[in-house]
Amino acid sequence: MALSRLSSRSNTFLKPAITALHSPIRRHVSTDTSPITIETAVPFTSHLCESPSRSVETSSEEILAFFRDMAQMRRMEIAADSLYKAKLIRGFCHLYDGQEALAVGMEAAITKKDAIITSYRDHCTFIGRGGKLVDAFSELMGRKTGCSHGKGGSMHFYKKDASFYGGHGIVGAQIPLGCGLAFAQKYNKDEAVTFVLYGDGAANQGQLFEALNIAALWDLPAILVCENNHYGMGTATWRSAKSPAYFKRGDYVPGLKVDGMDALAVKQACKFAKEHALKNGPIILEMDTYRYHGHSMSDPGSTYRTRDEISGVRQVRDPIERVRKLLLSHDIATEKELKDMEKEIRKEVDDAVAQAKESPVPDSSELFTNMYVKDCGVESFGADRKDLKVTLP
Amino acid sequence: MSSIIHGPGAATALSTFNPVDSKKLTNLSVRSQRYIVAGSDASKKKSFGSSLTVRHSQKLIPNAAAVATKKEADTSASTGHELLLFEALQEGLEEEMDRDANVCVMGEDVGHYGGSYKVTKGLADKFGDLRVLDTPICENAFTGMAIGAAMTGLRPVIEGMNMGFLLLAFNQISNNCGMLHYTSGGQFTIPVVIRGPGGVGRQLGAEHSQRLESYFQSIPGIQMVACSTPYNAKGLMKAAIRSENPVILFEHVLLYNLKEKIPDEDYICNLEEAEMVRPGEHITILTYSRMRYHVMQAAKTLVNKGYDPEVIDIRSLKPFDLHTIGNSVKKTHRVLIVEECMRTGGIGASLTAAINENFHDYLDAPVMCLSSQDVPTPYAGTLEEWTVVQPAQIVTAVEQLCQ
Repeated sequence: MALSRLSSRSNTFLKPAITALHSPIRRHVSTDTSPITIETAVPFTSHLCESPSRSVETSSEEILAFFRDMAQMRRMEIAADSLYKAKLIRGFCHLYDGQEALAVGMEAAITKKDAIITSYRDHCTFIGRGGKLVDAFSELMGRKTGCSHGKGGSMHFYKKDASFYGGHGIVGAQIPLGCGLAFAQKYNKDEAVTFVLYGDGAANQGQLFEALNIAALWDLPAILVCENNHYGMGTATWRSAKSPAYFKRGDYVPGLKVDGMDALAVKQACKFAKEHALKNGPIILEMDTYRYHGHSMSDPGSTYRTRDEISGVRQVRDPIERVRKLLLSHDIATEKELKDMEKEIRKEVDDAVAQAKESPVPDSSELFTNMYVKDCGVESFGADRKDLKVTLP
Repeated sequence: MSSIIHGPGAATALSTFNPVDSKKLTNLSVRSQRYIVAGSDASKKKSFGSSLTVRHSQKLIPNAAAVATKKEADTSASTGHELLLFEALQEGLEEEMDRDANVCVMGEDVGHYGGSYKVTKGLADKFGDLRVLDTPICENAFTGMAIGAAMTGLRPVIEGMNMGFLLLAFNQISNNCGMLHYTSGGQFTIPVVIRGPGGVGRQLGAEHSQRLESYFQSIPGIQMVACSTPYNAKGLMKAAIRSENPVILFEHVLLYNLKEKIPDEDYICNLEEAEMVRPGEHITILTYSRMRYHVMQAAKTLVNKGYDPEVIDIRSLKPFDLHTIGNSVKKTHRVLIVEECMRTGGIGASLTAAINENFHDYLDAPVMCLSSQDVPTPYAGTLEEWTVVQPAQIVTAVEQLCQ
């Protein structure tokens, strides 16, 4: 969808200009799908398996799509930040900015038949799976048009038709669920895999090891992805894990450590993992990534790390800047074109926010819907037990 | 605790509401007026009167093929076969696994070992290792896995080797099983069945004698049923598997060897319905699971003393079948609840509250609730006997209530 818009724009761009494809001066915004090979900056480290090659096959179109999608995700999270400060989003709001490369890199390697399940830091994963901005903002603001009809909130985004299973508030509880999804895929002979995302904090949960044991025993096509952003809320990894080499903690399960700020490396690793999981069972991917915001909007994010550290990572490892440099150095797009794209994305996000602000809140009757499937005539009370009694349909 | 005014036959009943006997209901209608906010249910804007529908006197069978015409299965039907309760459960499970390839069983030692109480005996040989899965000992993980699999459309039956072990899976049951349908705005259904033996056994010790129905009853989004006879065990097992909602089926360790004759044909029991065990006039005794047998034993003594107790096995622990219970209360005006849960926060406590709230005007005496003592179940046989309600106590309570 994004690309077709781009290509129609580029056609109007093109008409006045000359286009020798090899013109060094003004390269049109590229929709070229011919393969380019790019080396990842950081090598992979592996445990009990071979590393995939550092040369990633990609194309101009794909790299441009990375840029566009990541810029959109970044804009969305920043908009969510402002909305939270304006008290339009309440409760908990966990932002993903800094980690966008993970969401887009993963999507580039898989199909919508492969399932993804993640924790509460799920806004960008939802968008990556094809969720619409306006659905996301509506849900964040508790409106009827939200992806969970306003009943889930920030931590409960789901998209069944894109095999996105959420969106879970309890740390680590999604890991057994994810292994269950992989089990169902094996049961139904789907030839698809499940990516189970969790953080460095959740990596110390017992249920991870329980589920991993079962997944390895039963050869389930589960890929456990540890999004290691180095802080479990306020606790750094060196203070919470005796062995912070999360990709090795599977012991008998192979693992791979990946530079999670490099979308191409993430793509390569996920592609490799999918092939591996379909043949040999579970594998752990540790994505070395970073979040710029605090754990959630209630956390300033600077009491346990220095501002220099945050800005340092932003300067050296920012995923969007990396892709921007790639686009510029390969002459796929110019500075101006990228800036224009960002402006357009900003407008898109602002429009979605405005539309979501206009949406209605759920009616009070929605309180009792979706309690049971074909709710069987149960009557339910509101808090004072005299009013708001309703018969569930 | 939610209450039911009208009989909750499942989906099919919705289109066939039949406000029969509206005369009988007017009293109730007038009294309950203050509770109703009209139109709070958006999709079914029924008028007040019709929401208090009388249930058909026939048992409503959601998806089943044939239906047994009698509620009780100790029948005079010449066909039918006799079996033990655990065999009835096994038969129900096997029939459902034959009927739907999505049904699978997960639990510890359910496969090759045949199940610690033999409920899954023979199933692994018949259906294979992918459908009858021996899990390692990790309740949290395998309950979570079953719920995750259910999100995609499989219908796992989770066995807790003892219900008490499911405390380790409480997070998965409460947050994921109960809530995912709601928080995803209806996108995912979780058609799991969680089953296992619970209750006080023969000197099994405190940790293996737990009654988890009291802990689970608050979880929104789940249904709970307790079986007590081979007939209702098979029926409830099948209904639970076919239900789209997560259902927790409570079995009792000491009831697995009960023998009864059950019908040959396919039947299921309504998940939200209570069972009339013995109609009577003087007092309503509400009970479930093993205490049903203590009550029936006490009933023999009571009949000899000239009392006529009405005994109802409530079967559905969440939601309560307040229709059947209400009709009984209106007839007898006295209620005794006999349960195995603890006094504090048990099923009896919720049921007492529900009855008081809904049927207060019909009661001639306060609702009395006999429950187990609020102690961990001791090992010593005599002490264990004293923690649980015994028939003699039931007789005394009835005599006291009926003065």
